Amino acid sequence: MHLNVILAQTMLGLSAGVFYAMLSLGLAIIFGLLNVINFAHGALYMLGAFVALIGYSYIGPWLGYDDFHLGFWWALIVAPVVVGCFGMLIERFMLRRLYQFDHIYGLLLTFGIALILQGLMSRYFNVSGTAYGGQPDSLSGIVNLGFMYFPTYRLFAIVVSIIVCVVTWFVIERTSLGAVLRAGVENPRLVEAFGINVPRLITLTFGFGVGLAALAGVLAAPIYSVSPLMGANLIITVFAVVVIGGMGSIGGAIVTGLALGLVQGLTQALYPPASETVIFFIMVIVLLIRPAGLFGKDTAS
Amino acid sequence: MPELLRIRDLNAWYGESHVLHGVDMAVNEGEVVTLLGRNGAGRTTTLKSILGLVDKRRGSIQLDGSEVINRPTHRIARQGLLGYCPEERGIFSRLNVDENLNLPPRLSRHGMPVEEIYAMFPNLAERRRSLGTQLSGGEQQMLAMARILRTGARLLLLDEITEGLAPVIVKTLGETIQQIKQRGLTIVLVEQNFHFAAPLADRHYIMEHGRVAEVVEAADVEAKEAHIKRLLSV
Ligand SMILES: Nc1ncnc2c1ncn2[C@@H]1O[C@H](COP(=O)(O)OP(=O)(O)O)[C@@H](O)[C@H]1O
Ligand SMILES: [Mg+2]
Repeated sequence: MHLNVILAQTMLGLSAGVFYAMLSLGLAIIFGLLNVINFAHGALYMLGAFVALIGYSYIGPWLGYDDFHLGFWWALIVAPVVVGCFGMLIERFMLRRLYQFDHIYGLLLTFGIALILQGLMSRYFNVSGTAYGGQPDSLSGIVNLGFMYFPTYRLFAIVVSIIVCVVTWFVIERTSLGAVLRAGVENPRLVEAFGINVPRLITLTFGFGVGLAALAGVLAAPIYSVSPLMGANLIITVFAVVVIGGMGSIGGAIVTGLALGLVQGLTQALYPPASETVIFFIMVIVLLIRPAGLFGKDTAS
Repeated sequence: MPELLRIRDLNAWYGESHVLHGVDMAVNEGEVVTLLGRNGAGRTTTLKSILGLVDKRRGSIQLDGSEVINRPTHRIARQGLLGYCPEERGIFSRLNVDENLNLPPRLSRHGMPVEEIYAMFPNLAERRRSLGTQLSGGEQQMLAMARILRTGARLLLLDEITEGLAPVIVKTLGETIQQIKQRGLTIVLVEQNFHFAAPLADRHYIMEHGRVAEVVEAADVEAKEAHIKRLLSV
């Protein structure tokens, strides 16, 4: 096979992998502190894309200003903030009541929230998808990467996602703010006994993780069509990524997300029929060999 | 001397199990007070109850005159300027020594500067970049103490700090407690080791079955030594 084809598939794989990475990163952060597997993560990703879509195409006419469009750059900020705040309300008023019970209740609650969000959006928007028209002109067209011509916007999405992932990793693993989070993951009661407001830390962490999902949703909007089920389809793959990477590690979530995007891209080139299933195949192998995942800590032993 | 801590009729539960049955005690500013007793007497639970780390509690806990029994843990710690050293030491394994030391927020302006703390615990200074779990038991204990000296806590709750440590380290810890006391800090010391506690404390509360069975002032220790040892022996 020609090297250029491999490089081209690498880029395509990467452009899927960054979404896996951002979503599994948010899931890992939330799981670390809350011990809740956030089944609403895909729906909140979808909501992020819809905030961008609604802001661009609908909100102006709704408010009677037909030529108002919330631009893409604003959407990159507004959607994570709006969805992050929504997430914090969910945590503060619903999830928080469930921590005293088995984790399964948190999972069920977030699953229910996902269904409600998807159902609501399906009532008002086309299930087969709506095109997002807000992609800025400066990001349209293609760039020559030497080995291939690549859509400028996709390159932009890859770069932004990787920067966001690396900065998030750095803040968590290398700063004093991150130290509070790491300590909270390990022993929240003791952290609170030192005078740190752990309940608020949990709310903010959930908001941040969910905000990451929304940011991924905005970045996805110009690439994929915006649909109420876009998150439901993606999150299945992301959960497989999380199972493969293991829930334990922030860096592991990022690396696994990117790597599996690459694997998927290369499979697409080598043996296209397997590209949809290769991640699940890897998941089975990993579960057999390392049940706690590649980066997970084996808590059973 | 103002009363920093006053506990009245404290009851505490873990789930359904009723562990403390009416504990009463008081600690004045600048005092070192011990909680002695056999394993399972309820000493750790008493400290945890002060911080709200048990499932349910009833009674009264006053810190510097204000009632805190219904407050959330983080507010109690700030209100009472508490420094807690848990029985299992609670060193965070994913944090290095520096990060462990700097984790607890400053509660008042009277905390020790980090450099002074490292001068007090030179072993830790050499291991600033080591992860918490790479430390020896003694080093972990030093770190758990150092960590709360930095915050400017006024009332230290120390749970079995000598447990499982070599005699030289126990001796160093005794000297550390003396130094801390001279700085005017107030200490509640949970101990198993009466020989360690006796010369440090102003008063001993001997617990049994979730109650205070006996209160012994330092001055009376010699006269009551045989009685105390009987209460503590297994
Ligand atoms: N987490 C817990 N859940 C249930 N019971 C506990 C728990 N911790 C301690 N206990 C029980 O509470 C009693 C008092 O324990 P503790 O306060 O740890 O005693 P001490 O510190 O004096 O050894 C013991 O009977 C112990 O078995
Ligand atoms: Mg104990």
